[in-house]
Amino acid sequence: MTKNKIVIDEAYCKGCALCTVACPHGLIEMDVVMNGLGYIPAQITPANLAKCTACALCARTCPDTAITVFKSVSGSKTEQT
Amino acid sequence: MTDLYEQVFERPKALKSVATHFCPGCHHGTIHRLCAEAMDVLDIQQRTIGVASVGCSVFLYGYFDIDVVEAPHGRAPAVATGVKRVRKDDIVFTYQGDGDLAAIGTAEIIHAANRGEAITVIFVNNTTYGMTGGQMAPTTLPQQRTSTSPAGRDVANDGYPIRMAELLAGLEGVAYSTRVAVDSPKHIIAAGKAIRHAFDCQVKTGGFSFVEVLSTCPTNWGMDALKANARVEKEMIPYFPLGVYKDASRAEEGE
Amino acid sequence: MKRLFVKGNEAVAMGAIEAGCRYYFGYPITPQSDIPEYIAREIPKVGGVFIQAESEIASINMLLGASASGARAMTSSSSPGISLKQEGISYMAGSELPGLIVNICRSGPGLGGIDASQADYFQSVKGGGHGGYRVIVLAPDSVQEMYDLTMLAFDLSDRYRVPALLLADAVIGQVKEALEPHPYVAPADLLPKEWAVAGKQGRDDQRIVKSLYLGDGELEAHNWRLHAKYDELKKNEVRFEGYRTEDADFVVTAFGSAARIAKSAVMMAREAGLKVGLLRPITLFPFPEQALRELADRGIPMLCVELNTGQMVDDVRLAVKCRVDVAFYGRAPGAGSLPTPEEIFKQIQNNMTVKL
Repeated sequence: MTKNKIVIDEAYCKGCALCTVACPHGLIEMDVVMNGLGYIPAQITPANLAKCTACALCARTCPDTAITVFKSVSGSKTEQT
Repeated sequence: MTDLYEQVFERPKALKSVATHFCPGCHHGTIHRLCAEAMDVLDIQQRTIGVASVGCSVFLYGYFDIDVVEAPHGRAPAVATGVKRVRKDDIVFTYQGDGDLAAIGTAEIIHAANRGEAITVIFVNNTTYGMTGGQMAPTTLPQQRTSTSPAGRDVANDGYPIRMAELLAGLEGVAYSTRVAVDSPKHIIAAGKAIRHAFDCQVKTGGFSFVEVLSTCPTNWGMDALKANARVEKEMIPYFPLGVYKDASRAEEGE
Repeated sequence: MKRLFVKGNEAVAMGAIEAGCRYYFGYPITPQSDIPEYIAREIPKVGGVFIQAESEIASINMLLGASASGARAMTSSSSPGISLKQEGISYMAGSELPGLIVNICRSGPGLGGIDASQADYFQSVKGGGHGGYRVIVLAPDSVQEMYDLTMLAFDLSDRYRVPALLLADAVIGQVKEALEPHPYVAPADLLPKEWAVAGKQGRDDQRIVKSLYLGDGELEAHNWRLHAKYDELKKNEVRFEGYRTEDADFVVTAFGSAARIAKSAVMMAREAGLKVGLLRPITLFPFPEQALRELADRGIPMLCVELNTGQMVDDVRLAVKCRVDVAFYGRAPGAGSLPTPEEIFKQIQNNMTVKL
């Protein structure tokens, strides 16, 4: 099971929802609570995060560069226990 | 067990870590990022000078970590000419909206292109005047309602929208003229390549490069971001087709 | 350097190149096209750049860009073209950019004519473009001054970061006179342009050349800062010529070619035994208020002579604060409207008998 990660920074997200249609797997949804800027930001549930392939299409689509994307590299020889 | 990650997407260095004033869903943010990515990839941030224009793009200096000169409305290509003639080894670009470039600035863009000035021009076409509240632009589509065409653009009174990428491609002095969009991941990736090629054109061969980017203006179109985004494909691309209208540069594609 | 016989316009171009100007952007218009023509021929020989732009608007904006990049640069035009440049000049003033704009005046308003005029005084000295700013205005009256004041204009402009306007007219631009060119010597106090855009080049700070100030209180402070520079100019950079004013009972004030003709009239008056002098402002901004006030303190009435319907006379009257009478004699611009010395001498005689 991949453990990729996307981080949606609430300080930048304006709730435009473009990421929700960019994700090929439809993993991103809109939140229900307003952020400090007065927007309803995008969010990804842990369940959906588990399905993320780190394609970064959400991040590339975000006009506010609010998303950073991390690909899991577990299985690498440099992994620590 | 510690999880290890490799960051596969991050904010480009040339783009400052600040929230922008752009409306939710406005493509300016995306286009800014693609320009900054090009500066990072080509390693030109330290020798790039931006020429800001008038419109929502006026705050260029707030978002790009580069030296910037502010130009009067429409005059950015002339200001950029002055800068580039002095700073020959620096990379000079303008970033202009449809009013700035295709209305008040038509003489300046045509002649800078005609002279083959070694600059890169990013033209954001959102079929409206954003900053001033949604008036008709030279790129407003027929029958499109704006605050100064409340009954819809009447071509008998106001003419047809201008297709700048095609117009400029007809000039000898232009090395690269293209139209792209940023309404889908596929289009965004292609737009990123085009913008990189445009900057590279200046870096490698000193040619005049022009990228017209179809963009949304959700607020002034009276639409939410998703509907506005959909309008690009549905209404704008049929009138403003995507494509490369001229590529006389010998710049290599960096991929 | 060899003594030459050149046109006023050519002297401007020669002075500019000698003073280190290496970027010229302009557009043809009578009666100043000699300037771009000379520069097109000569500036490439010193590695400079000449662009005949698509309009006067494009050329002032190219000047803005070149100046923002730290270069000594200029443009030239004549009255209607200078009108086109006003927005660009306002931006340069607001962005604190140096640069030289040359106006070889022709007659207006509108298309007007190609004859000499001084009707751009208000446009030059009172702002011209929008917003409350001033530019340094220098008014040559001879081919030699076209050369010398061009060099001075660049120096003053760089020193204060205020655009400079050389205000001449069709007569001085087209007349041929002896010119003694001399090597340019840069003033010792000119600072390097560490505000000019250049690509960050590893710097931490970002250089921004702009005139937009939206934050609370920012633009107000900026305007007062500009105003303080104009006060400095008023204190330090006034230039004028006083001809036989030391013992005068009556003084004629005039600038540029009007002053040349008026000087002949003053000489005629002296021949006739009248103690008349001439005060010729060389800087129109900053205006020689102090010199005029000193004459007014001595109770000396004045006659202001201009090639217009009355513009500089307002500033003369302000300077003397109503202590003395300031009469006005003007010839409105247009073909055949240059006054003769006899005409002005008659005005001197008429006005010398008027008491306040």
